[in-house]
Amino acid sequence: MPHRIVIIGAGQAGAQAVTTLRAEGYTGAIAMIGDEPFAPYQRPPLSKAYLMGTLERARLFLKPEMFYQESDCELILDASACAINRTAKTVTLFDGRTLPFDMLLLATGARVRRIKCPGANLVGIHYLRGIADVDGLNAVFQPGKRLVIVGGGYIGLEVAAVAAKHSLDVTVFEAMDRVMARAVSKSVSDFFERVHRAAGVNLQLNTGVEAFEGAGRLEGVRAGGVTYPADIALVGVGVVPNMELALDAGLPCEDGIVVDRNCVTADPAIFAAGDCTWHVGREGIPLRLESVQNAIDQAKHAAYAMVGRPRAYSEVPWFWSDQYDLKLQIAGLARPNDQVVLRGDPVSRKFAVFHLRDGSIDAVEAVNAASEYLVGRKLIEAGTRVAPERLADTSTPMKNIV
Amino acid sequence: MPKIKYIDEKSMEREVDVPAGWSVMEGAVKNLVPGIDADCGGACACATCHIYVDPAWLEKLPPKRDMEETMLDFAPDVQSNSRLSCQITVTPELDGLIVRTPKTQH
Repeated sequence: MPHRIVIIGAGQAGAQAVTTLRAEGYTGAIAMIGDEPFAPYQRPPLSKAYLMGTLERARLFLKPEMFYQESDCELILDASACAINRTAKTVTLFDGRTLPFDMLLLATGARVRRIKCPGANLVGIHYLRGIADVDGLNAVFQPGKRLVIVGGGYIGLEVAAVAAKHSLDVTVFEAMDRVMARAVSKSVSDFFERVHRAAGVNLQLNTGVEAFEGAGRLEGVRAGGVTYPADIALVGVGVVPNMELALDAGLPCEDGIVVDRNCVTADPAIFAAGDCTWHVGREGIPLRLESVQNAIDQAKHAAYAMVGRPRAYSEVPWFWSDQYDLKLQIAGLARPNDQVVLRGDPVSRKFAVFHLRDGSIDAVEAVNAASEYLVGRKLIEAGTRVAPERLADTSTPMKNIV
Repeated sequence: MPKIKYIDEKSMEREVDVPAGWSVMEGAVKNLVPGIDADCGGACACATCHIYVDPAWLEKLPPKRDMEETMLDFAPDVQSNSRLSCQITVTPELDGLIVRTPKTQH
């Protein structure tokens, strides 16, 4: 067993790794480095309840402070690593400190993708990834303000929902022909488009942003050849994995740090977990996931491997989003050419879309439909064959679907 | 501050102060009470914060909403006094609440 584990990244994966390492009986030292001034906290509420003002900051933290003391985990916050020396087995921080390790976990997460267009550095343009981002946004989030959101993905739409509730004047620009195109199927996109429009959101599809305009401070956003007056812009156009440390250390990376099913990188002493990894999915297809589930589960599996009891990671991915009174829950990953089965009527605001391949479920997208989500997730896990016509028949309860 | 008593499967009792407005799940997690995972952090998305409510307290709790009801249907070892602790908001009236944590959340 190792004697000294260093974790780079103090997010969901980092915190989980500490929990699991101690639960698995690891008694050596743990140091966790985070580049924010905060102990690990939950990111999902940032664009939802925290922005809404219904969840105060203290409630975001994943663990109380005493957890790190009791777990004998040294938290090195507001600090970041600048290099890994694989031969000497050390991590060097920007402030010059050097930390030795027997094993290293890269839980470096992802950072927002910056938009590149004229005016992108004007005051008034916001991004959303951390507590400080939301605090900055909250300071200007007032009724009547004109908010332009660039990107109709999870972040953009969750913020749009909060802003509409706060009576801001909201416009969303999405470059694709539907919202959340990377995450959900067309019928779910269509449904959420109708919901946002009904809430008063001006949703412009097939519209990329060409420029931000203003003298020092944002005054307008040009999109589709038209300038829209704006007080605030929020850019939510995806994230990029933080893999530079790994790359510089000569570890293979694709769109993320390459790991095997035990979350081991090409170096047997270096592991990676969460948004930063390029890993093999359940179906054998390599991919990168941005989710709480993947952060938690990969961190657990990395910890199992670190203490010498590896168990291959093959959990079914799951995701959720809250917008207005709607809970979107997704399990599994849909693939092109899956058979798509609709259960329930979107008009009722409670329905699910199943994706089937060769008679078993690849993925389920459920809107206010917890049993469809939960049963779907279990059936995906088990690979059970399901008759599509039964799935479509709402008179058959999900419990009896197989 | 309302006090909540968490009893684990080995009958170990832990009584902690939980601020009004927090959930029973948060009261556990923020005080390192074991037995509640709450992977989703309280979004009613994962069903890993299942608890058993002391029968004397059952009727004093706000009723389950549809989403909680359904999520519970699929949690392991569900009983008539099962609740998802992320869906119970602590109020001064719940001072003294007693809940038990299950053997497993998965």
